[in-house]
Amino acid sequence: MFQVRIHGRGGQGVVSAAEILSVAAFIEGKHSQAVPSFGSERMGAPVVSFCRIDDKPIRLREPIMEPDALIVQDPTLFNAIDVFAGLSKNGYLLINSKRSIKELGIANAIYLPEDKVRLVPATEIALHHIKRPLPNAVLLGALAAVTGVIQIDSVAEAIASKFPGKIGDFNIQAAEAAYKLLTHNNQEELTC
Amino acid sequence: MSHQQVKFYQTGTLTVGNRLLDAEQRTVQATIDRSNSLDSGHRACQGCGEALGARYAIDTAMRETNNKVIAANATGCLEVFTTPYPETSWTLPWIHSLFGNAPAIGTGIAAAMKVKGREDIRVIAQGGDGGTTDIGFGCLSGMFERNDDVLYICYDNQGYMNTGVQRSSATPGGARTATTMPVGPEPGAEFDKGKNVPLIAMAHEIPYVATASIDRLHDLEAKVKKAMSFRGARYIQIFVPCPLGWGSAPAQTVNLARLAVESGIWPLFEGEYGEITSVTNIRKQVPVEEYLKPQRRFAHVVKNPEQLSAVQAIADRNIRKFSLLEEQE
Amino acid sequence: MLKQIEGSHGVSEAVALCRPEVICAYPITPQTHIVEDLGALVKSGKLKNCEYINVESEFAALSVGIGSSAAGARTYTATASQGMLFMAEAVYNASGLGLPIVMTVGNRSIGAPINIWNDQSDSMSMRDAGWIQLFVEDNQQAVDIHIQAFKIAEALSLPVMVCMDGFILTHAIEGIDVPDQKQVDKFLPSFVPRQILDPENPISIGAMVGPEAFTEVRYLAHQKQKEALKLIPKINEDFKQIFGRDSGGLISTFNVDDADTVIVTLGSVIGTIQEALDEQDENIGALTIRSFRPFPLEAIRSALKNVKRVVVFEKCFAVGIGGIVANNVRMALSGANIEVYEVIGGLGGRPITRKSLHKLFKDAVKDNLEVVTFLDLKKDVVERELKREKELIQSGSVAENVLRDGGVVSAAKTT
Repeated sequence: MFQVRIHGRGGQGVVSAAEILSVAAFIEGKHSQAVPSFGSERMGAPVVSFCRIDDKPIRLREPIMEPDALIVQDPTLFNAIDVFAGLSKNGYLLINSKRSIKELGIANAIYLPEDKVRLVPATEIALHHIKRPLPNAVLLGALAAVTGVIQIDSVAEAIASKFPGKIGDFNIQAAEAAYKLLTHNNQEELTC
Repeated sequence: MSHQQVKFYQTGTLTVGNRLLDAEQRTVQATIDRSNSLDSGHRACQGCGEALGARYAIDTAMRETNNKVIAANATGCLEVFTTPYPETSWTLPWIHSLFGNAPAIGTGIAAAMKVKGREDIRVIAQGGDGGTTDIGFGCLSGMFERNDDVLYICYDNQGYMNTGVQRSSATPGGARTATTMPVGPEPGAEFDKGKNVPLIAMAHEIPYVATASIDRLHDLEAKVKKAMSFRGARYIQIFVPCPLGWGSAPAQTVNLARLAVESGIWPLFEGEYGEITSVTNIRKQVPVEEYLKPQRRFAHVVKNPEQLSAVQAIADRNIRKFSLLEEQE
Repeated sequence: MLKQIEGSHGVSEAVALCRPEVICAYPITPQTHIVEDLGALVKSGKLKNCEYINVESEFAALSVGIGSSAAGARTYTATASQGMLFMAEAVYNASGLGLPIVMTVGNRSIGAPINIWNDQSDSMSMRDAGWIQLFVEDNQQAVDIHIQAFKIAEALSLPVMVCMDGFILTHAIEGIDVPDQKQVDKFLPSFVPRQILDPENPISIGAMVGPEAFTEVRYLAHQKQKEALKLIPKINEDFKQIFGRDSGGLISTFNVDDADTVIVTLGSVIGTIQEALDEQDENIGALTIRSFRPFPLEAIRSALKNVKRVVVFEKCFAVGIGGIVANNVRMALSGANIEVYEVIGGLGGRPITRKSLHKLFKDAVKDNLEVVTFLDLKKDVVERELKREKELIQSGSVAENVLRDGGVVSAAKTT
C-alpha cells in the first residue's frame, strides 16, 4: 500500500487533490481510497487529506500516520502544525515553494535523503497555466514524476473527469509541466 | 362576495333560512346528498363550535372536488373526539400524525398526489389554534413559503382546550385559562401578547387567506369554496367558541361567534397574494361587554374597567384597521 | 458499473435507482452531499417522477415523508446527529404508523458539546423507536443496503434507517460498483402500500388507542421486528442472486470459528480492525453487527458460542451505565460463560488506530481490561478537570476547560 498525505489550507484544493489522485489510481485498475480530514467549511484553515493506493481492496480507515509521500501545498503550515509527523524514512516529500529547504527553515526537521525531497514552484506553474494560484494538480504531476506511483496520463485523465472543459485542460497542462520539470530534475542537483 | 346577498332581520332566533335563497345558493349542509365527512357519533361537547365549523368546511371542500379530499389533522380536540379507537367519524381519508406537523403532513400528501398524477385529489390540513399558531407554526410557515397545494384550516377557540384549557398565542388579553389565572387586579392572559396568524399568512403572500366564523355559515362555506378554486397554499382561520373552555352556555355558541364579529373582536376578511380583497361590514357595532359577559373566562375583565377598556380598544383598533364600519360595495 | 466516487454520491445514485417518488431534504453535516446530489438528479431530469422538497427542518422532513408515504408514495429522506433528535417525535410516529420510509443516517455525534464528527450516538438514540436499523461497513455496502432497505421496508411496512459513518464513509472516495437500473427494477418492484389514503376507500389513520388495546398494538410492533430477523437474511440472499454480493444480512464474521477472543462492532471500524488482526498472531476474530434492530440475539449467540471472551467495540455509550451495544450483546450471551468487555472508542470522530487496537488486543487476551474502557482516554486531562471541580464551585465549563488544557483554546485563563 502506498499512502499519500496532503497538507494545505482550505480553498487550495487539498481535498480535490486526494480525490484526483485516487481516480488516477482507479484508472490504472488499482484500488484507492481518498478521504479529507474533515472540518467545518472554512477558507484558509489548515486542511489535510489522505489517499491510499493498493493492488488489493483497502480496508484500513485510520488517518495516514506514516505517509509514503507527503505533499505540502502551503509552506506557511510549517509554523502551524507538525506536517512531517510519521513521514516514513523511505518516504517522499514534495513542497510547494520556490525557496530552498534552508530558506524555509526546516532543514533540521527533515531526515530524508536528498533524492526524496523536491521543492516545486507549484503556485508559479499554476499561475502560468491556470491563472489561479491552485497548486494541487501541479503537485500531482510532480508526484507522478518523483514516485511513479501513478502515471502522468492517469493524472491527466483523472483531472479531466473531475474538471471537464477548459479548467481541466489548464490544470492538465500545469500538471504535465511539473511532470516534465521534475523528470528532468531527477538527474540534477537539488537546491537544498 | 359572489353569492346572493340577503339581509336577515330576525329576532329571538339566529337561524339563517336557506328557503329564502335560490337552490344553488343554499348551504351544502342543507342538501341531503352532502358528504357528511364528519359523521354523527363523534364525542364533541354539547355546543362545540369546532365540530360545527369542521363539518361545514370539509363538506364544502368535498362538494367542490367531487368528494376527492384527503385530510391531515393535528392532535387536539377535533382529532380526539372524532377518532376514539376503534371508531372514527370521518368518512373521508384522514390521517393524524403529530401535534406540530399537520401542515407538513399536508405537504407530503400533496406531493404524493402530484407525483402520481392525481392533482384532482385535494388536500386539507387542519388543527386547533394550539397546533397552528404555536407548535405547528414552523411547519405552517414552511408550507406557506413553498406554496404547497394545501388548504390549512385553523379552528380557533383561543386555547389548548383538549388538555384542560391552557393559554396559546391565540388566547386574547384578559382571558382566564389554567395557565393565565386572573389574580387580584392582574388580568388573566396578558394584553400586548399573542399572534395574528391570518395576517402572518398574508405576509407570506399566499394565494388565499380568510377569516370566518361559525355564526355565518353561508359565508364560511363561500370562503372554503373560494379557497378550493385556488392552487397553492391557502389559509382559513375559523372562530369557534368552546363552551367548556370559555365557560359559556352550549346554546350560546353561535351567538357568541356573532357577537365577536359584530363587536369587532373577530374581523372577517379575505386576502389574495398578500392584499386584502374583501372585508365584512359590521352592521351595528356592539360593545365588547355584550360579547364578554356570557363567558366566565372574562368574568374578571367585565368587573375591571381598565381591562374592559383594553378589550374595547382592541375591538376599536380592528374596526379602524379593517374599516369594518365603512359601507362596502 | 465500477466507479471511483464519494460515498454520499454512491448513496444518492443508489436511492435514485430505487425510483423514489418523494424526497425531503434538510441539510446537516455530514449528509449534505446526499441530498444535494439527489436534488441535482431530480432537477436535471435524470431522476424522473420524483418530487424533491426543500423543507424547513428535520421535523418537517420526516413529517412530509410521513404524509407522502401514507398517501402511497415511495419516500426517502436523510439526516444525522442533532437532526435526528429534532425529528424524534416523527421517528416514533413513522414506525408506529407502519410507514416504509427509508432514511440515511450519516452517523455523527450528538451535543452538547457540538461536534460534527463521526460516532454512532445519533442512531443509537432512536434504537427503541421501532425502526429497522442497518449498519454498513463500507461504501459498497452503503449502496447495496439502501437498495435492500426499500425492499425490506415495503415488505414489512416498517421504516428503515441505513446507518453509515459520517465523513469516514460519506466523504470517502473509493471504488463502488453501482448497479444498473435493470438489476434494481428486477429486485425492487413498485411500492404496494399496506394502507393508503385514498378517496375511493377512505380510512382513518392515527386514531387514539387507549389502555385496552395499546399493549397489543405495541406487542405486534415487537413481533414485526422479530419477523424482520428472518426477512433480512432472505432479502440479502435475493440480493446476492441478482447482484452477486453479500452486503447485508444480520451479522458478518471474520475468523470467529476457532477464536478465543472476538471483537464485536458495527460499521466502518471493522476495516481497520481486520487490518490490525491480520498484523498480529493471537487467536482473535471479529463479528460485525449489520442489523442492530432487530437485534440478532440468536445469530450472535450461535456465532460466539465457543468463545472465551468478547470485546464489544462501540462508538457510543449510555451515560451513567456503559456500553449500549455491549449490553445488547450481553443479552445475547446471557447464561454463557463468556467474559464481555466494553470498549468505547471513536467518540466525536477520534481516530481509531491500529496502534491503539494492538494494545487493546494484547490486554484483552490477557484479561487485562476493565469492564468498561474508553479507548485512548487522556487520563491526565480528566483527572485535572475532576480536581478543578472538587476545588472550585465556579469551575467553569467542562468543555472549555478540557479544550484549554489540551492547548486547543489559547485564550488567557481567567482563574
